[in-house]
Formats: sequence, C-alpha cells, structure tokens
Amino acid sequence: MSGVNLRAVGAIYKFEMARALRTVMQSVISPVLSTSLYFVVFGAAIGQRIQHVDGVPYGAFIVPGLVMLSLLTQSVSNASFGIYFPRFAGTIYEVLSAPVSYFEIVLAYVGAAATKSIAIGLIILATASLFTPLTILHPFWMLSFLVLTAITFCLFGFIIGVWADGFEQLQVIPLLVITPLTFLGGSFYSIDMLPPVWRTISLFNPVVYLVSGFRWSFYGKADVHIGVSLAMTLAFMLVCILVIRWIFKSGYRLKA
Amino acid sequence: MPPILQISGLAKTYSSGFQALKGVDLTIEAGEIFALLGPNGAGKTTLISIVCGLVNRTGGTVTVAGHDISADYRAARALIGLVPQELATERFESVWQTVSFSRGLFGKPKNDAYLEKLLRDLSLWEKRDERIMALSGGMKRRVLIAKALAHEPRLLFLDEPTAGVDVELRRDMWRLIRELRETGVTVILTTHYIEEAEEMADRIGVITHGELILVEEKAALMAKLGRKELILQLCEPLARVPETLARHGLELRDGGNELVYVYDSARERADVAVLLTELAVAGVGIKDLRTTQSSLEDIFVTLVNGERA
Repeated sequence: MSGVNLRAVGAIYKFEMARALRTVMQSVISPVLSTSLYFVVFGAAIGQRIQHVDGVPYGAFIVPGLVMLSLLTQSVSNASFGIYFPRFAGTIYEVLSAPVSYFEIVLAYVGAAATKSIAIGLIILATASLFTPLTILHPFWMLSFLVLTAITFCLFGFIIGVWADGFEQLQVIPLLVITPLTFLGGSFYSIDMLPPVWRTISLFNPVVYLVSGFRWSFYGKADVHIGVSLAMTLAFMLVCILVIRWIFKSGYRLKA
Repeated sequence: MPPILQISGLAKTYSSGFQALKGVDLTIEAGEIFALLGPNGAGKTTLISIVCGLVNRTGGTVTVAGHDISADYRAARALIGLVPQELATERFESVWQTVSFSRGLFGKPKNDAYLEKLLRDLSLWEKRDERIMALSGGMKRRVLIAKALAHEPRLLFLDEPTAGVDVELRRDMWRLIRELRETGVTVILTTHYIEEAEEMADRIGVITHGELILVEEKAALMAKLGRKELILQLCEPLARVPETLARHGLELRDGGNELVYVYDSARERADVAVLLTELAVAGVGIKDLRTTQSSLEDIFVTLVNGERA
C-alpha cells in the first residue's frame, strides 16, 4: 500500500455523508427555512423602504450575504461535529489506528463537511431566486468563493471540533463568534453605509472580505477590492491548515 | 522473517509526569497467543495503544513484521486489528455499515463474502441490518471484534476482551481466538483474569508498574513457579511431627489428621519418595493422599507482591 489510502478517504467521506442524509431535516430544511424567514423580514418587509444599495435592489443585495451566513455557520458546525462526535463517542480510536495519514483524515472529514455546506449554499441560492430575481455576473468566481469559503470554514470547524471538550464549547464559537461577525460583516448592508469609525473597525472583521468578494461575483460591486477578498480568504485558510498541521504533529487532544 | 512484533526499550511518560512504561522489551513470533497480564494501571493499555498508534511513545522502537510503526506506519497498521477495552461504537449505523467502513478505512477492497463469514462466525449475521445502539452490550463487543477483523489483520490486539462479558460470549471468543491462530493470526490479549491467560495463552508476560517483569511459556511458568502441596491423610492423628522428619518442613493440619508437605514440582520430585519411605520407617500410617498445584493466580500474586516488596 503506497501513496494515498483512497479507500479510507472514501470510507470516511461516505460515512459522513450518510450521517448528513440521516439528519436531512436538521441539516438542510432548517437552514432553508431560516433563510426564507430572512427574506420575508429583510427582503419583503424592510426592503420596501430601502430601495437600492449600490444600485442593486435591496432584496437581491442581501442574497450573497445570506448565503455566506449559512455557509459559514453550516461549515463550522458540520465540520466541528463531524470530528467531535467520534472523539466524544470514543470511536476515533479506529481512525487514529488506521493506515491513514493526517492529510487523508482532514481531506475526508473536511471534504464531506464542505460538500454539505456547499450543497446547502446552493439550495439557499435556489430558494432566494424564488423571492427575488438574481443576476450572477461572474459565475466562476461565485463558485470559487463558495468552495473556498466552505473549505476554509470547514477547516476552522475541524479545529473547533478537536479543541472542544463538550457540546457547549462546540456551540459557543458558531454562536458567539461566527454569527455576530457575519451580521456585522455586511451581510445586510454595505459597510460604506456605516460611520467612518465603524467602517474602519469592520475592516478587521474577516467576514467582510468574504461577503464583499462573494457579492462582487454577483453584482460586480464590492466594499473592498476583489483581490484583497481573495487574499484574505486564502490567508485564513492557510492559518487553519497550519493549526491543523500543528494539531496532528503534537497530537493535541487526539493522542496522549 | 522478522518477528510479528518487536518492542525494544519502549517508554512512555504522560504529560502529567506519570511513567506508564519504563523501557519494555518484548518479541512476539507470528502465530502465538500471548497474554499480557497485570493489575489495573500496570501499563497494558498504554503498550497496546502505542503499537496501534493511539499514543505517542517517549522512547524506544516498535516494529510490526519489520515495519517501523512511525516511519512505515501504513504497512504496520494495515497488519493490526484492535479491539479496545471500552465499548466505543457508532450508534446509528447498522452492523453491516460499520464493518464495511472498518474494512475500507484500512484500505482493503470490498469483500462481502469475507464480511459475511465474519459476521456469521460472530453470530452477528442476523443482526447485520440493525442499528448498533439497539444491540446488547455483548453484541456490541462482538461488533467491535468484527470491526477489528474486517481488514484481515495478522496481529490482533484484544484489550481486556472478556471484561463484563457473559459465559457464552467468552467461550465463543476463546474459540474464535483459537481459530484465528490456526489461520496464522497472532493474538495479544491483555487481561487481569488469570483464568483467561491460563486457558488461552501460549506465553505469558507479567507487567506491573510499567515494567515487564516476566515473559515465559505458560507451561514453563507454571512448572517453574508452581508450588505443589502433598497432603497426606493419616490413619492416626499425630500430636507433633516426628523428629526424624523435621528436615522436610512438614506441617500438621486438621487437628493432626493431615500432614502437609510443600515442594517445588520441578526440582525436588525425588524428595517425595524419600519422605514416604521415611514416614513408613517412622511408623506413620497413611490413609490417603492428594496434591494441589498453585494456579497462575497464585503465581501472579506472588510475583506482583514480590515486585512491590
């Protein structure tokens, strides 16, 4: 046996996808439902009073931000749960004792989690198109941002899943970090609409770059330059990869 | 051919400072059943966990069929199956799914015929479509064994395999282990049930406080350390041991009705004949006699106590 143990990657991937399908209500229906509610509240009710942002109708303007909101929370919670649960149940021993490399373990778990959140992102996009007419100027970049963001935040979720010592910690990061950052990251507004001080503070929020880049791929309008968005996404991904590398090298919370 | 398992100078100090293993050397040849015997906390599970890649060692080397467990971990681990001590199972998966998963995880191509035979051997075939959480504890234990064997390992670790297991499963397990050995699989089991080691093992290692204090063929171990007692039932009770027999270190029991002679079964067999002759000369009549041999448990207690003293 040399090279990559593809069968092992396939086995874990299949296992994780089966888990998602078992909980299809929770993993697919609920994000779709909550997104639809956002559309009703922000798009239909408030959107009638805010006509346009950056020349884009408000209902359409919030679509990229809403997709990002779900993508980020889903990525983090899918990936963190995926690795946390075997740790919690004790079944992780099998994966750790198998002839698989760390890269393969991460590839399988993060790959499966990213697949799920990308699927959810696309479903939400489809749902959104029922509420408001959508234009996607740069479909390639739209998909690239979708995939890159999903992978990056699944890597981040993987880290949380390894770090968490209980279900509470597992919930804390998505709840207390991801959701506020996304809400304050320009999902529902352009950061240009903020007072200068808050605009500057917003630039420290990494989600701003993701939402901005993603929105650019739809409407060609962005809060920050598309190159900066891309660079920030890749930089965050690199940080996550380095942390995961350290986790496996040191055996942190996985091996005594 | 290199030994199936070679451990040299294996040491582990946990981050708490606890020294779980203090330089263990052990060589296991293919096809044997080896029992690692020791009290709780002796280092049995740590040793297994290091070989399987669950715990990082702090010193020493381990090779599996010549493959270093770090440099060549893929080849080494593909040969190993592990049945852990804890009943750690999936919940929502079916028996069949989890066993297929294990096989894939270890990089083996699908082989439904093999898995079917495995499940049948473990009386799990009828349960193959049931969710694992619906199974009893004993059945879950069988599932763990099936998972460990799903990739046809050459070296099987059973960590406390029969802890909390009913008699039927214990018998099945022993039968399975013997069958595995016939196909050339090496089995290493840890246990603190002496009975199990005595029943199953070809060789026994005794580990305590992180040190392997003894490795021996089971038969040799029992012979070497086996204390035998010869109990003579006398025709007439004796008030005291006759002077002429003092050098044998005899003991009177049961109100002088029994005379007990303790000897080492390996070395001093000739003395029994001498004793009996001398008893006849002294005019002590013998009604009946029996011998008792120390069990592995006695040997074990002697060893571990000796280590502590």
